[in-house]
Amino acid sequence: MSNIYFRHRKRAKASHSHAGDAVSFLFLAMLGVFMGLPIVLSVSNSLKPLEELFVFPPKFLVKNPTMDNFHDVFILMSQSWVPFTRYAFNTVFITIVGTIGHLLIASMCAYALAKHKCPGRNLIFGVIVTALMFSAQVTAIPNYLIMSKMGWLDSYVSLILPAIAKPLGLFLMKQFMEQVPDALLEAARIDGAGEVTTFFRVAMPQVKPAWLTLIIFCFQDLWNMQGSNYIYSEKLKTLSYALSQISAAGISRSGATAAVTVIMMVVPIVLFMLCQSNIIETMASSGIKE
Amino acid sequence: MEERKEKKPLLPLLLAYGKIKRRELFRAVRRNRTPYLLMAPYCLLFILFYLLPVCISIGLGFTYFNVLEPPKFVGLQNYIDLFFADDIFLTAVKNTFVFAIITGPVGYFLALFIAWMINDIKNSKLRAFMTLLFYAPTISGQAYIIWKFIFSSDIYGIANGWLMKLGLTSQAILWFENDKYCMIICIVVVLWMSMGTGFLSFIAGLQNVDKSLYEAGYMDGVKNRFQELWYITLPAMKEQLMFGAVMTVTASFAIHDQIAALAGFPSVKYCVHTVVSHLVDYGSVRFEMGYASAIATLLFVVMIACNKLIQKFLGKVGS
Repeated sequence: MSNIYFRHRKRAKASHSHAGDAVSFLFLAMLGVFMGLPIVLSVSNSLKPLEELFVFPPKFLVKNPTMDNFHDVFILMSQSWVPFTRYAFNTVFITIVGTIGHLLIASMCAYALAKHKCPGRNLIFGVIVTALMFSAQVTAIPNYLIMSKMGWLDSYVSLILPAIAKPLGLFLMKQFMEQVPDALLEAARIDGAGEVTTFFRVAMPQVKPAWLTLIIFCFQDLWNMQGSNYIYSEKLKTLSYALSQISAAGISRSGATAAVTVIMMVVPIVLFMLCQSNIIETMASSGIKE
Repeated sequence: MEERKEKKPLLPLLLAYGKIKRRELFRAVRRNRTPYLLMAPYCLLFILFYLLPVCISIGLGFTYFNVLEPPKFVGLQNYIDLFFADDIFLTAVKNTFVFAIITGPVGYFLALFIAWMINDIKNSKLRAFMTLLFYAPTISGQAYIIWKFIFSSDIYGIANGWLMKLGLTSQAILWFENDKYCMIICIVVVLWMSMGTGFLSFIAGLQNVDKSLYEAGYMDGVKNRFQELWYITLPAMKEQLMFGAVMTVTASFAIHDQIAALAGFPSVKYCVHTVVSHLVDYGSVRFEMGYASAIATLLFVVMIACNKLIQKFLGKVGS
């Protein structure tokens, strides 16, 4: 399983003309500008002093960059009802526990589905593939009722448990797990390793790109999780929620809102950047068979 | 061939097991004790938070339920009301179809097209950068808020500011308060955010197409890049196309959060009110859970049906 993504590639496609290459790159560049400009504008806005945010005609790029907006966010947070560090702790706690739980529990299931021919496994996997099509809104109301019946409302559990069972992670892990050679697992079993040891010591180290993918996807979900449906106590609320309260104050906090947007945006983008090649490698086995 | 045999639907499978002696099944389960144990934690959570909710939703759809009193069975009343008494729902259905039909196929083919062009870039650093650039809007949380600044209704917004500076308009346009502009802007924003997981899957699929296939195709008379795409590349990445389709259909029927943040909730004249908006309205604002569940059930059925249809269609690629 070499790293396919960044491997140097030789051009072998005879059917591609140079003019065609140029046109296609130009088109791609234009689309890229459309995709990138709003992101650049977000960053530029967060660095603008107030008088530059409300100026006619509006300027796209910042002239006198300042960190005032970020400073404002910091001050607003330190004035909040619950200390800022508490929101940060909540998000970090939920994210870490949820992500580790997801990785472990989904991988265990993926391993069993991919590498054991036990009766019913195709049925289980079929149901999980169908569940890729469930959008969060469809299950929101019953989920609330279930949480309330179980007494999980207003606790970390209500945010962590559904994230652990996300079908996308299991699906990707199972597809990737199929590539682990059976001979390797067989060898471990002959050496006397139990199923659990085989899973942890042999199978898991083989699928590291998939780990990272699951971690990143799970992180993206939990990082942006506001959880205001399930959580009422201020001291259990997440960073994303606290920050969204700042932007909810509207036009008077335009600067701080821009800063908040950038803070929330930077972390997932940087993480994706670092793990990109692993994620692409995992996605190569993401296909759904007919 | 062995793989094919196992892919039987549930009922024949159960009947087949019924014929085999029970002890044999029992023995098979016992032999596979460990894999079942490994699956158990995930399956429990999955049933609790994904399967059970769908079943509850279907059940509650036939009831009147306001959370405070126990649900009251009302038969098909909710569905009758939805289609014959609720004009806003019909508006929502119309909007959802407009969104789904425009952003679904356009978003899907755009993602495929972009992935295809990115794959042709020779420099690997540039390729990685381009992937990040197109994927970034999807993962950057609430970055879509910036469109509120671009199409702000005062003169400080980018669109109004520039239009006025160029003399194309004498006063600020109320972008999101005007139902004509609102829909178009929302579609643009949704497209801006449509390079999701499916897009990554396309990128990966394209990179893994067997290179010797291209040479063979060239020998067989493939003349240009479009023939190559249709006859060689797409058939080779059919599975990724399926995955992308599932992701796109699900996303394009679930549009709500972005446009609620931009156009307000509810939007002016319900101009971008989608079925999901309607669901959120009844579920989280009015607490008419029975009615909301009926909406959720409908949405669910349409989504699954749409997916099945598209999978049929994708089966024909390259033929």
